[in-house]
Order: sequence, then structure tokens, then C-alpha cells
Amino acid sequence: MQSLKGRKPIPGTIIFDGHQAVKGYQLNKMCFSFNEAANREAFLQDEEAYCKRYGLTDDQRAAVRERDVLKLLNLGGNIYYLAKLTGIFGLNMQDIGAQQAGVTLEEFRAKLLAAGEK
Amino acid sequence: MARLIGGVGSSHVPAIGNAIEQKLQGEPYWKPFFKGYEPVWQWMEEKKPDVAILVYNDHGLNFFLDAMPTFAIGAAAEYQNADEGWGLKPLDPFKGDPDFSWHLIDSLVHDEFDITMCQEMQVDHGFTVPMSLMWPQQALRDQVKVIPLCVNVVQYPFPTARRCLRLGEAIGRAVASYEEDLDVVILGTGGLSHQLDGERAGHINREFDMEFLGRLKDDPEWLLQFTNYELAEKVGSQGVEMIMWLIMRGALGDNIRELSRNYHIPISNTAAGVVLFETLLP
Repeated sequence: MQSLKGRKPIPGTIIFDGHQAVKGYQLNKMCFSFNEAANREAFLQDEEAYCKRYGLTDDQRAAVRERDVLKLLNLGGNIYYLAKLTGIFGLNMQDIGAQQAGVTLEEFRAKLLAAGEK
Repeated sequence: MARLIGGVGSSHVPAIGNAIEQKLQGEPYWKPFFKGYEPVWQWMEEKKPDVAILVYNDHGLNFFLDAMPTFAIGAAAEYQNADEGWGLKPLDPFKGDPDFSWHLIDSLVHDEFDITMCQEMQVDHGFTVPMSLMWPQQALRDQVKVIPLCVNVVQYPFPTARRCLRLGEAIGRAVASYEEDLDVVILGTGGLSHQLDGERAGHINREFDMEFLGRLKDDPEWLLQFTNYELAEKVGSQGVEMIMWLIMRGALGDNIRELSRNYHIPISNTAAGVVLFETLLP
């Protein structure tokens, strides 16, 4: 993407640009379908078949199986769409925040509370 | 003629919707946050605006990546909230003002802002949470019509901060040229610093947020020195949403006073801010 060319990467951050959006199009499209309760149900019935129906790559399907948010982001997932997927597994933004930061939920929450006490 | 009587900047975390639904406003975690809205509630009660222009971003309810408008304005008589895939129970529909929407769209496009026009538009927590924060009771929300202005802060490239400020100025001109006798408020929502994705999830930048809040009234152009990429580095990938506050700020013009301000860390993963401006009649 022209406006991002030559930029120094931001540590621990994946910018959702055109490149990522192309890579993750089918993955995000599947997640978009989860706005409908019937589609969440169909996914739970047979995850693998649902992923295949949306044309996810082998890597993306493996990352879905592993509930690995960082991998899904690297494979083009956008966090707002991924939240609809992880919501099916009962994981909210703080759960997946902790998972990505590699800390427990308690540690993740404590760090945020500490930021408020400065 | 229509008048912009004031504006509010406010964050929009989904957890706030849950807290309102479960009536947790008085809990120690939530109290310092909701307390910041008391001056806004009083002001809204006193001023009773007819219409709110709500600047927000969609999070994958109405728009998908197949077609992502930079700026989209609703021109519907009603806006439905819906299931986002998790969490919140949908709220009652919100009343629109299609005539005013079309006036805004017409005025903005002639002012060289190329707007996507939406006769159907579902609104997600980015829209409903600020509505619930401004007007906590359904009866109060029913008294105000609302015009959604959706900004792309999901897929790069986002509009620049400068473009947002200039769009706000154009909205100010558009409101002032509407012949109906209406009191209008504008809400700039999203932010402040937060990051939901990547190993850096949970990133907060109090110092930057404080400077932004401190300069918003008299020096909104301060934010324009940063590209959105630089902003992401400083305030987190989703913190960049603060550029939507500039649309609100730009619309109000410079004859304003700040009536209240609150800043609280954390609400979920977010540094939450609220500021209330009132325009001074010439």
C-alpha cells in the first residue's frame, strides 16, 4: 500500500491494509456470516466443512482449529471480524487480548488497571 | 434555520452496552466512567436537541470488506440495531430524519466531500453505545432523531485526520444552511487510546490522550501532524478512531466553550474519554 510503503513496523501490531485484506478476504467473509445465529450454529455443527465452504486456506483452517488469534491476524483476519468467530467460543476482547499478549487474563486485566493508576 | 448547539466526544466500547443492560453503572469498576456523563445528561435534558449527527465506525455489521465507503451517511427514516455475532441484545430502532440527511448529503457533495448515501443502514455498538450514553433511557432516545455518519477506520487507507477536520467544517456549513428550525448536536465517537490486536493488545497511552483532550478545543490541528500510521504507533491500532472526534470538533467552529471532560482507564481494553462542548451564539 502506497501510504504505508517503507514504514518502520510497529512492534506487536499488524496494520490491516489492502495486502492483509486481500489475504484474509475469505476468512473475514466467513466471520461476517456469523452475524446470523443460524450460521454460528452451522459452524458449530461442522467447523471444517463450514471453513471449506468459505474457501479458507489450509493455514487459516488450522489456525481456526487452534483458536489462534495471532495466527489468524497474520493470515489476514481483521480483529472485528475475528471477534465474531471467537465469540462463538465464548471468548471476549479481554480473553483474546490476553491470548495475543501471551499472558493470563488476570495479568492482562491487572496491566490495564495499573495503566489507570499512574 | 438549523443550529449546531454543541458536540460531545465519547468512546464506544461494547462492554459499556453490557454494563448498561446489566445496570452496573454504580459498581466500582464503572462508576468513575459513568460519572463523567452526568454533565452530558444534564445538558441534553436542558437543551433537548431535535437531531443528533452521530459520527462513528461500523465493526462489520452493515459494511463488509467487499465495499468499504470512506464516509457514509444514512438517509433512512429508521435505523435498526442487530445481532453482531456476540454479546449485546439489539436495542429498539432509532428514528432518522431523511429530509435533513439529504440536505446534508447534497450540501457536502457540493462542498466536494464525496459521500456514500445509504437508504438502509444497520447500526452496531459503535452507534448504539454512544446513543445509550447520551440518552440512557429509551424515552429520551425516542425524543431525538439521529443521522449516522460512518467513517472507515477499519481497513487502510483511512481518511486523514485533516480530511476529518475539514469534513466537520463542511458539516457545520451544511447544518447552518438548512432552513428547518432545528437544534442539532454532533457526536464524535470512538477512541481514545486502545489496541485490540497483536502482541501489543492492551496498549494505552495516557500522555497522548491527555494532550489530545487538552488541545481539542483551542488547537484541534495539533493532531494533524501525525499520519494515521504514526497515530497507530502512539495510541494503538484502534486508538486511531480519535480522528472521528475531529469531525465533531470541526463542525462546531471556534466559538465554543468546554463544559465538561472526563478520562478513565480502563474500560475493557480501552482508555475512555468524554468531552462536552457548547457553541456560543454570535
